Amino acid sequence: MNQNHETPLLTVRNCRQAYHKDASADLIVLEDVDLTLHEGEIVGLLGRSGSGKSTLLRIVSGLLKPTAGEVMWRGKNLTGPAPGVAMVFQSFALFPWLTVQENVELGLEALGIKKADREARTEDAIDLIGLGGYDTAYPKELSGGMRQRVGLARALVVHPDLLLMDEPFSALDVLTAETLRTDLIDLWMDEKLPVKSILMVTHNIEEAVLLCDRILVFSSNPGRVAHELRVPFAHPRNRFDLAFRQMVDDIYGIMTRRAPKPAALATVTTGFATPLHPVGTNLMAGLLETLHNAPYDGRADLPALAAALQYEADELLPLGETLSMLGFAMLEEGDLILTETGRNFAESETEERKQIFAEQLRLHVPLVGAIRAVLDQRSNHRAAAVRFRDELEDHMSPEYAEETLRTVIAWGRYAELYEYDEEAQQFGLEEEDEAAG
Amino acid sequence: MTNFTLPALAGQRMSGRTLTGQRLPNRWDGVAGLLVMGLLVGLIEVGRSTIATPIGVIQNTPIHLNPAYLPFYALRTTARMFAALFFSFLFTFTYATLAAKSRRAGMILIPILDILQSVPILGFLTFTVTFFMALFPGQVMGAELASVFVIFTSQAWNMAFSFYQSLTTLPNDLQEVARSFRLSSWQKFWRLDVPFAMPGLIWNTMLSMSGGWFFVVASEAVTVGNTTFTLPGIGSYVAVALQQQNLRAIFYAILAMLVVILLYDQLLFRPLVAWSGKFRFETTAGAATPEPWMLKLLRQTRFLRMFSDTLGAAMGYIFRLRLGAGVHVQVDENQPPSRLLDGIWYAMIAVLSAYTAAKIVGFIAGTLHWRDLGTALLMGAYTMTRVIILMIIASLVWVPIGVWVGLRPRATRVVQPVAQFLAAFPANLLFPPFVVAIVYFHLNANIWLTPLMLIGTQWYVLFNVIAGAAAFPGDMREAVANFQVRGFLWWRKVMIPGILPYFITGAITASGGAWNASIVAEVASWGHARLVAQGLGAYIAQATAAGDTPRVVLGVAVMSGFVIVFNRLLWRPLYAYATRRTNLG
Repeated sequence: MNQNHETPLLTVRNCRQAYHKDASADLIVLEDVDLTLHEGEIVGLLGRSGSGKSTLLRIVSGLLKPTAGEVMWRGKNLTGPAPGVAMVFQSFALFPWLTVQENVELGLEALGIKKADREARTEDAIDLIGLGGYDTAYPKELSGGMRQRVGLARALVVHPDLLLMDEPFSALDVLTAETLRTDLIDLWMDEKLPVKSILMVTHNIEEAVLLCDRILVFSSNPGRVAHELRVPFAHPRNRFDLAFRQMVDDIYGIMTRRAPKPAALATVTTGFATPLHPVGTNLMAGLLETLHNAPYDGRADLPALAAALQYEADELLPLGETLSMLGFAMLEEGDLILTETGRNFAESETEERKQIFAEQLRLHVPLVGAIRAVLDQRSNHRAAAVRFRDELEDHMSPEYAEETLRTVIAWGRYAELYEYDEEAQQFGLEEEDEAAG
Repeated sequence: MTNFTLPALAGQRMSGRTLTGQRLPNRWDGVAGLLVMGLLVGLIEVGRSTIATPIGVIQNTPIHLNPAYLPFYALRTTARMFAALFFSFLFTFTYATLAAKSRRAGMILIPILDILQSVPILGFLTFTVTFFMALFPGQVMGAELASVFVIFTSQAWNMAFSFYQSLTTLPNDLQEVARSFRLSSWQKFWRLDVPFAMPGLIWNTMLSMSGGWFFVVASEAVTVGNTTFTLPGIGSYVAVALQQQNLRAIFYAILAMLVVILLYDQLLFRPLVAWSGKFRFETTAGAATPEPWMLKLLRQTRFLRMFSDTLGAAMGYIFRLRLGAGVHVQVDENQPPSRLLDGIWYAMIAVLSAYTAAKIVGFIAGTLHWRDLGTALLMGAYTMTRVIILMIIASLVWVPIGVWVGLRPRATRVVQPVAQFLAAFPANLLFPPFVVAIVYFHLNANIWLTPLMLIGTQWYVLFNVIAGAAAFPGDMREAVANFQVRGFLWWRKVMIPGILPYFITGAITASGGAWNASIVAEVASWGHARLVAQGLGAYIAQATAAGDTPRVVLGVAVMSGFVIVFNRLLWRPLYAYATRRTNLG
């Protein structure tokens, strides 16, 4: 791809996105992000959920106005969805009441293009993307892969300079996703795509290495560009190439590396600053057992583990982090290592496991300790969930607060530390505990 | 069977938000109630002040009891129905859109809609007749408009609610598509807003239509004070038949209505509901339901298909027009709503409410005392007792039958359309035989007029229960059979919780309908014999006939109050409880 470095297609400078909270400090989603996009390149935004990469994509598309910073599209300030930018959605976002053809035509209708022209361009896009023969089908009659092809055709038909893709293949099964990736990259290499540049969000490390010329790795809380990597391989790339594997391994390492967070330590002791991942206790137990047994025997390479369990990095990393937060395992340079407590847990029976889990919860999750403390103090041993939710919302968005609360409810129930009454939205102690306390 | 699960589910979606909302009436309800009552008083005031000719002009189109006239009357009745439907759609698209798009407008428009829903529809008659007759003194036009307006009030509110709810639950990704492809607001309205709302809207339109037949019949022959009009239609036909004690004519009218409803059901209702399935927001193709014959005819007859294709192309052209400013603006999450504008807005509403309150007090205070309020409340208590007893009886009768039918697919296929059909049939046409019986056997009107209130609306309980039982998951039935759960335990632990949300959906419609029907059911006549039951319905009906507008306002306000309190304290909590308990996940 010959690149024209003099005139960037898009530049983002010092971009910051904060979620406005009336009470205390703003919650920062994106902090100090820079991004330059040239013609002829595919750039990937790689990061965990919650790292703000989808937010950045929406800012670039003009759908969202950043709190601060400057977004320039073709040298001009971006003030709204620009012509020349089209987006492909993770959920496909097709209109179920429109046929394939009508869905694809939508963007052209908005431009007010005449009927004959509209139909010709739609036909071209449909044929290009391999949807010929499906024109009159409705989305619900199509498989996931075919639906995303419609999403692609709908974006391409307006001949955008920049194609934005928001985790385009993550809702598809492994084989279908691979087919779509290959088709996309083939069209790109043959210069058949009517686009100048592609910016894609992904949490799949292999996908990023497979497709992109450049990868920006995001860190979370707040989202920042932690690393920028250039992918030196020529297309078509081979997943089993040693250099390819090494790069995937390196990125795993980058993503599991603990960012030095002196501020975080201080807040943990005061309260509930860290959102919890909604990881089920069965899943944790299953992973600990897997880790304990052969062939891992207490230590697993994350990419290998992900491949064996058919997990993506985005699914495995929160699991690993949760285990390490609870003291069951450690994350080190792309490896997951079982601790003594983790080993104990894996070897125990149900009741013992609950006890170990309860102990770890009280040690490492201040919120659980706080809930239990309030319940022990009160004479009726009940406490409304709303007070904990309010406190959480001082530190995180309402969605994360809700998720964290749900997680704490599920974990506490498993550990038999407290009960939760959904109807009354109240925490409470079990009968026998009440009698004892 | 899938055919029948749709309606109940759509009905639930309709009521989902309103029913789980706050319970006790709040400030906004008070403001909304004031404004609604003020509007009604305002109608009368305008009517009085613009009056040119004395009200006593009698619009009496002679009604012939010869059955040969019936097709013509049926046609007129149906035409009124569709005229009202047109206005209902107009109202829905504008009012609900405004409420959904503007936060400030929504704050007051939605509570107003909620109050309007609880105002007894026949109570509107007094106000609209006075208003429209004043606008078109001595002309049939005024009477026609008044009638159409009453039908409109029976249709518009739940349609608007349904549309509003769809607009507030538009999927985020589709909105982003519309914005990122820079659709104009007109294009977005027809490409996204309306299609997404379609299944709920169609279903609510059908409910409205079914309810509307009742009111079209009731609003054709009306006496408000010394204004009496009879408009050519089935309702007037029955009214005249009642005066002349002509039982045979009443039988003809019932027959004619049966034919009309049957045609409407087959030609419109079923094809539309089946067609609206296309707009259902789902990602998987559902099981194919048999196409109604009318839809098949439309799709497979060459001529008809050409016609519908041309129509579709023309609509498509209109929908594609790039009218209205684009929706291509950035979402700016940093801009908090302006406090100042909010303040001005609140102040405006407060001033308007105070003005309205003063107006209402001025209107009522001259003629009414606190004693009248006491009377109205007592009457309301009588009617409420009737409604409660009827609901209990109807539930005891129809729940077991509905469950029995719903668990048997073959029975469901037969009974369900019949129940839906009966719900659409205007029950007031069935009153005369009851009235004749009460007069003949000298029965107590206070007791025996009561069942009339529920004749028309009990079917909602039946067909919702059938739908609920039919949708009861097969694997759960197998599990229950496997554990040999039977008898009382089966009802208590399995079936009643299983159908509860459906039952409540039906019961809400039925009890709301019963309040409405009380206005025509608590007063009945046969020739010169007049039967009156003690109750708020009779209170309003008599005040209407006497032209005593302050008492009508009072009666209507009290009845609205009863309905609102009933809904908030009983139905909403019950519905919220039922859906919370019976949803897995």
